[in-house]
Amino acid sequence: MNPRQLVITVVILVAASLGMALYAWRMQKHARTTVPAAYSGSVAPPASGSTEQATLFVADDSSGELQPQQASIPLSEDRQQRAQQLVRALLNIYLDKNSSHPIAPGSDVRDAYLVDPGIAVIDMNSAFADGHRSGILVEDLTVASLVETVAQNIPGILRVKILVNGQERDTLAGHADLSILYDVPSVNQMVGPSPSPSQ
Amino acid sequence: MAVSRSSSRCSPLVKLAVNLGAVFALVLLISAAAPPEEKQISIYSNVANYSLPVTAESGHDYVGIFELLEPLGKVSLKTSGKQWNLHYNDVECDFQPGSDIARLQNQPVPLGTSFVLRNGRGLVPVGALTTLLPRLLGGPVNFHEAARRLFIGDAGIHFTAQIKNNPPDALEINFTARVNPSISTEPGKLVLVFTHDPVLPPGTTVLTFSSRSITSATYSENNGSAEITIAGTVPLFASFSNNGKTISVQPAPQQTASVTSAPKPPPTAQNGQPIASPSHPVYSRYYIVVDAAHGGAESGATLGNQLAEKDVTLAFARRLRDELEVRNVPVILLRDSDATLTTDQRASTSNQLHPAIYLCIHASTQGHGVRLYTALVSSGYTNRGPFLDWRMAQTPFLSSSQGAANAIAVELEKSHIPVRQLAAPLRPLNNIVAAAVAVEVAPPASGPSDLTSTAYEEFVASSIAAGVADLYQLPGAGR
Repeated sequence: MNPRQLVITVVILVAASLGMALYAWRMQKHARTTVPAAYSGSVAPPASGSTEQATLFVADDSSGELQPQQASIPLSEDRQQRAQQLVRALLNIYLDKNSSHPIAPGSDVRDAYLVDPGIAVIDMNSAFADGHRSGILVEDLTVASLVETVAQNIPGILRVKILVNGQERDTLAGHADLSILYDVPSVNQMVGPSPSPSQ
Repeated sequence: MAVSRSSSRCSPLVKLAVNLGAVFALVLLISAAAPPEEKQISIYSNVANYSLPVTAESGHDYVGIFELLEPLGKVSLKTSGKQWNLHYNDVECDFQPGSDIARLQNQPVPLGTSFVLRNGRGLVPVGALTTLLPRLLGGPVNFHEAARRLFIGDAGIHFTAQIKNNPPDALEINFTARVNPSISTEPGKLVLVFTHDPVLPPGTTVLTFSSRSITSATYSENNGSAEITIAGTVPLFASFSNNGKTISVQPAPQQTASVTSAPKPPPTAQNGQPIASPSHPVYSRYYIVVDAAHGGAESGATLGNQLAEKDVTLAFARRLRDELEVRNVPVILLRDSDATLTTDQRASTSNQLHPAIYLCIHASTQGHGVRLYTALVSSGYTNRGPFLDWRMAQTPFLSSSQGAANAIAVELEKSHIPVRQLAAPLRPLNNIVAAAVAVEVAPPASGPSDLTSTAYEEFVASSIAAGVADLYQLPGAGR
């Protein structure tokens, strides 16, 4: 290697190093200053009472699948309120004494938030998670039914995050991972493809 | 020729400049790639063990006093102008920014350097903790200042280490309480890092052993953590037992097993046919890791009459090990006692073993038969260059995992055991860098009480083992 080549190599190395240092510095600065997506969207008042047809994806323990079920429920114009109302309607089905997928008494949704881009955050109460039955399938059915119900009735939802009492939780009841964002298209792999609502 | 003439004209000054430039570039490259480790202090007490960031102010290390005290008791704060009036339980302490004297119950306490108010946080010098905390907390503290490890009251975990012969050449480290270190391996050593465990130094920081595989264990402390570095002449791996109070470090099975049982070499292509098709993969790796889910304080589901899932999974995992061994499939049981293991520990241990297949055993009273799960990997995370996101480590192995699940499902169906294949958001499947399948064993059609019957366990374990053995194409595989 002649001196000219050596000098060119060194210049390239130094330039690359400076570039990387600048990149690392900017990344660190960005990490320090990035504020998590705020869940501070205003919450609309409760629904006025007009009902709409919605498709709830109801877990069925005997078949281990989700069954689409048409329901006429009061739904707000506000998308966040709408998500909360859909989840509450689903929970009411599970809280019925003849439920195909019973959940703990007192289970409720505390809030629902829609965060760009296309993320729904569902905040459940402690009773829901603390009293949930433990098992891979039984937990997956609950998670999948929540995700499918919200995603299929609110256009534009691509991913869903489930919180418990405002906090991230490792698992629902020892199995289903709640630390992740659930991709809507992949959720049907958890319980098999859902039959179409018309079926 | 031109090159040699040019080289001969290269002056020493140019060479020196070039060399210096290269060194400078390398230093910059390294410093850019590895940002400096953030300073932290770890606090250990009988109430809580936790770490806090350490802030540098005017060349001194500082820590937030409110954050430090909050996990230990009732703390309240009143501010008047810049004056900080802090109450810890019934003790009152006043701090004044810029003053190196605090007033505790109206008595002066020297801080060494000034109290600092930064972004609403009151910072005290780390060096003042030994003076300040005993009076605030009303009890003794032991501060390992160089390593920034603060022990309050009688908090502390001691340990002993000795070589055991069962299993051969295993170093058994016994702790006086449950520990949860992070484990890493490097060529020639295995490192246990204790950040939230109040592990105390042994009498001698370097312990030497007359073992062929494990030569020494060295204790050190740094930046709020304690480390035990185990040096070995062969690759090592660690496993937990005794409810997390015992860590056994032993040679990785690849080293020992190759002596006792020679694995069949990978099958060769015959008549120009490919060795394996995607639907029926053949594994070049050797071991099967069987992991009995749950354990210790984490019981899993309650099955039937107060039967814990952790006990059912352990019994089934042992049965499956026996069935695999009968088929000459080498197997390692990741949990063979009632130990508490985190999913990270399970993944880390399994990944160190580089198994052919990782099988995680679960049990349920819901439904019938067996459900096989592969990982549901969320797409919300990104890999950075060659570094895989821990939550997506399974991604390159998903097709192998599905192939393994298919092979097991085929054998279960042959035995007329209802089987279903699904994906599950189930840790640690997404952290495993090998084919990984979770098996959820449900009762037979005869009823939930038969879930734990010996006959059913044997029947299911035998079918799963046959599926795994088929993947191996080992002598004696199959039925």
